[in-house]
Amino acid sequence: MSEKILFQSARLIDPSQKKDDVVDILVVDGTIESIKSNISPGSDVKVVSLKDKVAAPGFIDIHVHLREPGFEHKETIETGTLSAAHGGFTAVCCMPNTNPAIDDESIVTFVKTQGLKAHQGIVDVYPIGAVSKNREGKSLAPIAELIQAGAVGLSDDGAPVFDSLVMRRALEYAKMYNIPVMQHCEIPELAHGGVMNEGRVSTELGLPGIPGVAEEIMIARDLILSEYTNARYHVCHMSTAQAVDLVRQGKHKGIKVTSEVTPHHFTLTDDIVRSYDTNTKMNPPLRTKTDVEAMKQGLKDGTIDVIATDHAPHSLDEKEVDYIQAPFGIVGLETAIGLSILELVEQKYLTLSQLVEKFSTNPRKIIGKEIIVREGEKANLTFFDPIIQWKVEIAKFKSKSKNSPFNGRPLKGKAVGIYNHGKLMLY
Amino acid sequence: MGLSSRHLLGLQGVPKEDIQLILDTAVSFKEILNRPIKKVPTLQGKTIVNLFFENSTRTRTSFELAERRLSADVLTFTASTSSVTKGETLKDTARNIEAMKIDMVVMRHNVAGAADFLSKVIQSNVINAGDGQHEHPTQGLLDMYSLREKFGKLEGLHVCIVGDILHSRVARSNIFGLQTMGAKVSVCGPATLIPREIEQLGVDVYHHIDDILPKVDALNVLRIQLEREAGGYFPSLREFHRFFGVTKERLEKAGKPISILHPGPINRDVELSADVADGPHSLILEQVLNGVAIRMAILYLLGTAQ
Repeated sequence: MSEKILFQSARLIDPSQKKDDVVDILVVDGTIESIKSNISPGSDVKVVSLKDKVAAPGFIDIHVHLREPGFEHKETIETGTLSAAHGGFTAVCCMPNTNPAIDDESIVTFVKTQGLKAHQGIVDVYPIGAVSKNREGKSLAPIAELIQAGAVGLSDDGAPVFDSLVMRRALEYAKMYNIPVMQHCEIPELAHGGVMNEGRVSTELGLPGIPGVAEEIMIARDLILSEYTNARYHVCHMSTAQAVDLVRQGKHKGIKVTSEVTPHHFTLTDDIVRSYDTNTKMNPPLRTKTDVEAMKQGLKDGTIDVIATDHAPHSLDEKEVDYIQAPFGIVGLETAIGLSILELVEQKYLTLSQLVEKFSTNPRKIIGKEIIVREGEKANLTFFDPIIQWKVEIAKFKSKSKNSPFNGRPLKGKAVGIYNHGKLMLY
Repeated sequence: MGLSSRHLLGLQGVPKEDIQLILDTAVSFKEILNRPIKKVPTLQGKTIVNLFFENSTRTRTSFELAERRLSADVLTFTASTSSVTKGETLKDTARNIEAMKIDMVVMRHNVAGAADFLSKVIQSNVINAGDGQHEHPTQGLLDMYSLREKFGKLEGLHVCIVGDILHSRVARSNIFGLQTMGAKVSVCGPATLIPREIEQLGVDVYHHIDDILPKVDALNVLRIQLEREAGGYFPSLREFHRFFGVTKERLEKAGKPISILHPGPINRDVELSADVADGPHSLILEQVLNGVAIRMAILYLLGTAQ
């Protein structure tokens, strides 16, 4: 017997088809049977009312640390994908800084297998392979094998590919398979020992700074290499105004560059570090008001293609230490939509349709996992309430870790469910 | 009237009235220190733990002396930070000590913000005896005390801090405290040792010591850590001394007496020439005595507050 679900009165936004209508969506056995207004459900149809809610092509977060294998006390693929699902994501790309690193096809296979087992595989887990062996930046990882096993991008994230020759070769190699090299941009010697943005606040606090130029110089170099090799280059978690400018110029010149920003980098400034709360410590660090504004402008004018969370779980014990000892990173999957609607849609930087582009259309295009909400296609959908106001309670996070600087913060907009591979989750 | 806070974590944001109260209170304690019997029963029955995660003979002995002069029970705990990072966290260490029913903790730690962190995880009063490169409030206060004693006031004074500003908690506490009290603060040092955007704190930045000397009433000369040379912040100690060292010859050219402070220990003939350190305008040894009086004042004000 086939399983039929009717998503009723949803505002369907699919930017790839320039679609924004209130419709009913009938899904049969995981495939979209019909999209039109007023479908009358038969008695064998499960009805889900989505009145005043948005239905969008499934959101993807292309920058997530699932921590498995190796750091299961922080997060597992099971808890991380549940966190993603509750944040409204039907897919995640997981970064290779695991232990062992995702620098071998066996690890790609392991991660994918764990992803399929978790919650009946409702969240697609797409591994990002390491650029270099053990992410040491010295010699190339078996890139072709990683891709064949299912890696959708390459990155040494957490660390930069600092050697220009290794970077050049990685770009050339990745180009053969049309996948991007996703760079964590940081000149190690300029960032050395830093724990926060270098500037007035670090000067007051006496904490060692990471200057914006550490990020910008690597972007500049990589853009030149990307132009030279004609390869695809993706800038991870941009944090400075100058970085956005460089990417803007790069795009203008026709370089194959894409970029992402995290919700915390378009929301918070380094002023918040005055609390010495280690949940304000991440890399790249929180920057200044000017930089935050540049992120929003970059999203608005299309320089920044993607919102990605850099979801980086750490246990309470690991974070409950002094600021220098504490690890970099915060969790982000479950606050991404709320922060984005509050900071970007409410403040008129993006329309809801553009927001869907940043969370689904664009990132899916970058890793080659495009979807379309159309009759006859597999249903892969994110449902969210664009106006609900709520307060972050870290205790309620599905992620195994609660390291977020947003506890207690009022947000606007929240995921209400996802549908993928014939599986439905509603919250 | 007591202090507005239960802790002394730094001088940034501490109101003028509080600083005034500490400085005034220290006057009476300094008077006690000049008596034949230097001990008072003020903190009898109170237990103070000195938690020193970083070596510091001067600050530790100054605090211990101040505590004993006030008749407190004193426990000093020194641990190299490395042994702590190997196992027990700062939180566990502090909580274990507090479980023994103590009243105040004086802490020196190599990380900025450690004192702030401690104040959030324990109940006792916390006094910051230096946290990384952030603040060293008791040093800032004793410097202000010494200046006020010398000049009769702090308002309108111009003080220049010389040397490694970047890594100095003394510099930060001096800047915040002196500015609150109405003094003008400038800094002078090699550009590589001046923290970014420090002008935004309202200080003027100089790189040529001869330019600043005619304008100031006092110099607070910082100790240059010898490892900064190896760290590549400047080419050599010889060059540092030549261009940034405070020498008698330089001071004479300024054409007026300039008081000299130094938090110690001095690298003689690196940041400060020996004749200046021992010279008539040096307040350095007075600072040491004032340090005990200031620490007694703070311990008293925090320890007896209701």
